[in-house]
Amino acid sequence: MEIKKKATAGTLESSDIFVQVEPNDNGIEINITSIVYNQFGEDIERTVREVLSEFGVNSVKIQLKDRGAVECAIRARIETALKRAEGMED
Amino acid sequence: MRRSMLFMPGNNSGMLLNADALGADSVILDLEDAVSPQEKDSARILVRNALKYLGYKGCEVIIRINSIDTDFWKKDLDEIIPMKPDMIMPPKVSSGMDIKVIENYMGEVERRHGIEKKISLIPLIETALGVENAFEIASSSKRIKAIFLGGEDLTADLRCKRTKQGDEIFYSRGRMVMAARAAGIDVYDTPFTDVEDEEGLRLDAEFAKGLGFTGKACISPRHVQSVNEVFSPTLEEIEYATEVMEIIQVAKEQGKGAISLRGKMIDAPIVERARQTLEAAKALGGAF
Repeated sequence: MEIKKKATAGTLESSDIFVQVEPNDNGIEINITSIVYNQFGEDIERTVREVLSEFGVNSVKIQLKDRGAVECAIRARIETALKRAEGMED
Repeated sequence: MRRSMLFMPGNNSGMLLNADALGADSVILDLEDAVSPQEKDSARILVRNALKYLGYKGCEVIIRINSIDTDFWKKDLDEIIPMKPDMIMPPKVSSGMDIKVIENYMGEVERRHGIEKKISLIPLIETALGVENAFEIASSSKRIKAIFLGGEDLTADLRCKRTKQGDEIFYSRGRMVMAARAAGIDVYDTPFTDVEDEEGLRLDAEFAKGLGFTGKACISPRHVQSVNEVFSPTLEEIEYATEVMEIIQVAKEQGKGAISLRGKMIDAPIVERARQTLEAAKALGGAF
């Protein structure tokens, strides 16, 4: 999947995560801020890398602002942002 | 047994997380009115992931898709059917033909994904035309397990004010119950929309139960317990039903054609009601 434009998904509400993706020339750059970063930061990053791999994304700048989202919400918001960045949204 | 159906907005991850822990017999994960047009893609991806990873073992899951006059409903089914939810709720159903259109596409998606199970339908009837065609809709497909009355959109279509007393939907409620029972399926009442009015909710639910509704939808978790209580058999009803079944057995053994209980003749409709009460009590297993 090619990231063609900047796109966002999710919210800053409790139990959600806000995701922004944009094109990047230097591979994958991940920036995570989370209210539970000390406990779950590594898990969140692992999930991000898994979803990027599932969608075949090799180059992207992705920023995530987590408000305590569970894994399925993190996966969903990243997928939505990626599809929007590829121009696949409704 | 399905007494309460609790609406949950499909794009709210926090609410989806706890949806099956709020006491409702069914949760309706909503892709329609609770989701703005620009977030439809996000909601269906979130709901699909929630179904995949959260499981919702504690209750039945119904997905309200968008109506067939939008560009969204096929995408909703494409995304959701592979997760095999218990039921799909199409809104604004006005005819049996609407159901055929939805059913045909559901069949297509099921075949595409090798799903043998035919996923059930609970059409939301909320137009004047839909109410008039309620029996046609209710009997239009074997997938249909229940119909559900939507009072808010209906009153907009009727061009009248929606009131707590509900006189304006009295005819529609009666028509829906008649149609559903004639088709041999369940029927669900519109939600009570004043979240703060507990007494009004109980009266509204009791009225709907009195008309023959199977249960009622809720838009707030705070309404679930009352709806469950109203649509469960009471201990007195269970005791009476048990006595009816016992005395009928005695009458059979003694070869009597007619028998009375508590000074009242026990006839076939009373026995049938007793059977339904005990069946409901058994299904609930004391969870009321």
